[in-house]
Amino acid sequence: MATSEKLEPPAPPSDATAAILVFAAVTMLVLPTLDAFGVIDHFTLNLWGKYLCYALLALSVDVLWGGTGLLSLGQGLFFALGGYMHGMYLMRMIGDQGQYHKPIPDFLVFLGWTELPAFWKPFEHFSFAMLMVFLLPGLIAGIFGWLAFRSRIKGVYFSILTQALTYAGALIFFRNNTLMGGNNGFTDFKLELGFALREPLTQRGLFIVTAAVLVGTILLLRWLQGTKFGLVQRAIRDGENRTLFSGYATPAFKLFIFVVAALIAAIGGALYVPQVGIINPSDMQTDKSLEAIVWVAVGGRGTIAGPILGAISVNLLKSYATRAMPDMWLILLGGLFLLVVLFLPGGLVSLPARLAPLWRKFRPTTSATV
Amino acid sequence: MRKKLFIITAFLSLFSSLIAEEARECIARAAIAKSEKNQGEILNELMGRADDSILPLFDAWRKDRLYLHEPAGAAAIPVLLEGPKDAKGAQEAISVATGKSIGLRLVGDNLNAAGHSANLRRVMKAVLDLTALSSPDRAKKLSALAAIGQGQQAEKLPALERRLPLETDPAVVKALREALALVRLKSPDAEVKLAALRELESLQSLASTDFIKTMQKDPAVLKDPRLVDAARTALLAVERHRVAVDFGGTLFRSLSLGSILVIVALGLAITFGLMGVINMAHGEMIAIGAYTTYVVQNVFANGLALSPFGFSLNIPGMHTTGWWRESYFLFALPLSFLAAAAAGVLLERGVIRFLYRRPLESLLATWGVSLLLQQILKLTFGANNVQVGSPAYLSGNWIVGDVLLGWNRVFVIGFATLIVIGVWLVLSRTSVGLLIRSVTQNRSMAACMGVRTERVNMLTFALGSGLAGLAGAFLSQIGNVGPALGQSYVVDSFMVVVVGGVGDLVGTVISGLGIGTFDQFTQQYSPTVAGIFANVPFIGGGLQNLAQDSAVFGKILVLCAIILFLQWRPSGLFAARSRSLD
Repeated sequence: MATSEKLEPPAPPSDATAAILVFAAVTMLVLPTLDAFGVIDHFTLNLWGKYLCYALLALSVDVLWGGTGLLSLGQGLFFALGGYMHGMYLMRMIGDQGQYHKPIPDFLVFLGWTELPAFWKPFEHFSFAMLMVFLLPGLIAGIFGWLAFRSRIKGVYFSILTQALTYAGALIFFRNNTLMGGNNGFTDFKLELGFALREPLTQRGLFIVTAAVLVGTILLLRWLQGTKFGLVQRAIRDGENRTLFSGYATPAFKLFIFVVAALIAAIGGALYVPQVGIINPSDMQTDKSLEAIVWVAVGGRGTIAGPILGAISVNLLKSYATRAMPDMWLILLGGLFLLVVLFLPGGLVSLPARLAPLWRKFRPTTSATV
Repeated sequence: MRKKLFIITAFLSLFSSLIAEEARECIARAAIAKSEKNQGEILNELMGRADDSILPLFDAWRKDRLYLHEPAGAAAIPVLLEGPKDAKGAQEAISVATGKSIGLRLVGDNLNAAGHSANLRRVMKAVLDLTALSSPDRAKKLSALAAIGQGQQAEKLPALERRLPLETDPAVVKALREALALVRLKSPDAEVKLAALRELESLQSLASTDFIKTMQKDPAVLKDPRLVDAARTALLAVERHRVAVDFGGTLFRSLSLGSILVIVALGLAITFGLMGVINMAHGEMIAIGAYTTYVVQNVFANGLALSPFGFSLNIPGMHTTGWWRESYFLFALPLSFLAAAAAGVLLERGVIRFLYRRPLESLLATWGVSLLLQQILKLTFGANNVQVGSPAYLSGNWIVGDVLLGWNRVFVIGFATLIVIGVWLVLSRTSVGLLIRSVTQNRSMAACMGVRTERVNMLTFALGSGLAGLAGAFLSQIGNVGPALGQSYVVDSFMVVVVGGVGDLVGTVISGLGIGTFDQFTQQYSPTVAGIFANVPFIGGGLQNLAQDSAVFGKILVLCAIILFLQWRPSGLFAARSRSLD
């Protein structure tokens, strides 16, 4: 009976809706307003914009890991690919304002090109770049997922293969001959849709868009969880063979989720690039993907609030630690991860529930004193 | 008999000292000769002479340190100034002609140095080149021969011809014949050229390609159909040989890379097979092995000062020399096994045993450990690579039919074979191996039969990590040792395990060698293959672009091949057979 209870779609608690509303209001209205009136500085807003992009990456990890039981070590690849696709548009918008004052990106001049390579040409249209933000990561996720899931690769094998895929991607983008900026990637962006990226107003706009996309993604995922599709998804997580034998084509479900997750990561990456102002292959390295998993683990997987909370809190810690004690940051990260995996599998969001018994224990004494 | 030998030795030493006298005198004579032309002629007499005194004297001459002592009213005496300077800056004067002191102390700045024109220096260089030909050092001889062949100077022919009957070492004879033939290619005589081409053809001389090609463009050669023909066949033979050599080299590199992959992945395969745990810290176990080798090396030498986390830690050295110092590696091997095994036991007891039912979490936890270890290594040994020297018996090359085989690589191949055999013996012939296999096949059944699976887990983890440590000791001999050493191998070793499957050791061996071979062959031949597809629309250009970096291309093709391979065999070559379904 216990299992049938588990399969009931969880009735979305009403305070969750309130929480989303508060979150949306704070990120889309309060923070930008405070920035506009100079209460918080532009740098801080920009930093939080970066965290929100990371939150999208964390959500994409969690849809797979917490939601479906697929641990992908390659979401950073899709994040970076999305970033690169948007970056190509931004590179084209530099025009001849680069160091060499040529109509093509500087690194191409440096490599001895005088004309734009053919695949670069359509990226001067914003709409094409945005299409590619979805198309390329989606296509790669689709092909890889189709091959992986149809041969029933799962568990640790799946994780390792996604890691290898990311590794290969980073190798390709580290090459100069890929004509994507090689080691240095893209940077020195000037304009986005005609607005100067340096302007606080543009950055504020980007922040609001990021927050809106994040809230939209949260709503989408919440809706998906409530549908029958979400049920099957959780069934796959808890017992894939049983689901398969019950007549559900689990490979198709998993493929769909894998592609959706890749798209979420790609949007995160595309929003990340104009705010951070740089994208290079180090964002594609396997360690970055694993870092995103740390965020999810710390925040609490299998939930929607967890990954967002994790992405923001771990990155706040990182911003602090890499300045205060740069040598110790990786030890801190590794240790934190280890502790969470061993002692707090539910992450930060499970803390209140875990502390509740303790709280109940102490309450009588406090009430006695009152 | 002994007496006879003694006489011969005495005679030989007398003879060689006579020649040495002559070389010195010859140079002394040249130093004071009147004209530059005269000097050149005298020095030319030294051509092809083996004498150890020539090089230092020429060296001194070229550096303006061969002085002329010119006593009033007598002939100048060429001298070298040696020994410590006294208060006036004077040094002991040694006569060039005799090699003995002339009983005077002279100041270098007051003397004229023997002059040397560019022409004279050229003669000196030619003499030195040919001197190297009779040097007892084989490597020097070979490189001198190669240089002469590339130079194609006709005036060196007589010296080369004189050496030919004296040489017995087949490699030297071959190099000599090659040099002779290359020099003769330049000869104006068509018959000599023809003979030289035939010689190059029979030698399959790889160095000759460019020279034959240049020759083919020579109008004088183009007129002679015999020459044109001979040049073409010679070139063909050389090219055919080159293809074979390339193939042999690629095969050797495949084997060596494959062996490395097998060593690196073996430990991982065992732990994964037993516990279903992918140990992301496996790479750091490799690094621990490599750093242990580094520490042992320094203990055998002058000790090591480390400062982990601000503490200072001085490891005293034993200051050994000679054979003892060289033998450090033999001690480093077991120690790196033990060090990594100890780290493995700690990892298993401290982390992994809590996560046996959760393989994904154990993967993540070990990644956390890997971060920790990497940073600890970095803080202890520094972020830069450390120097691990190869013992003399591991450096050098072995050349088989123009294919260059590095000793250290040959050693790695041999060692991989030993390790595989050793692990196989442990698993199949010892009681521990029996326990490990039983737990791998069916954990709960083994537990029911009284096997203490917890202990087996620990032992297996120690074995797997220890093997990684051994791999690290070996990798220190063929690459850099740094905190990120493990990272560069860890993805590859995962791939080996995924392809090999966990059912059998043989799977790991086949998959390691297979991936190594595939990688090296795609690297070697991908430019050619991409060339074939150059005109295919859409993919042709991309392929050509990728083939510019064949190492990256090789890795990507390996990955694609692995994904396709898993379509056919999802759980690898040798899956552990089981009817249970999770």
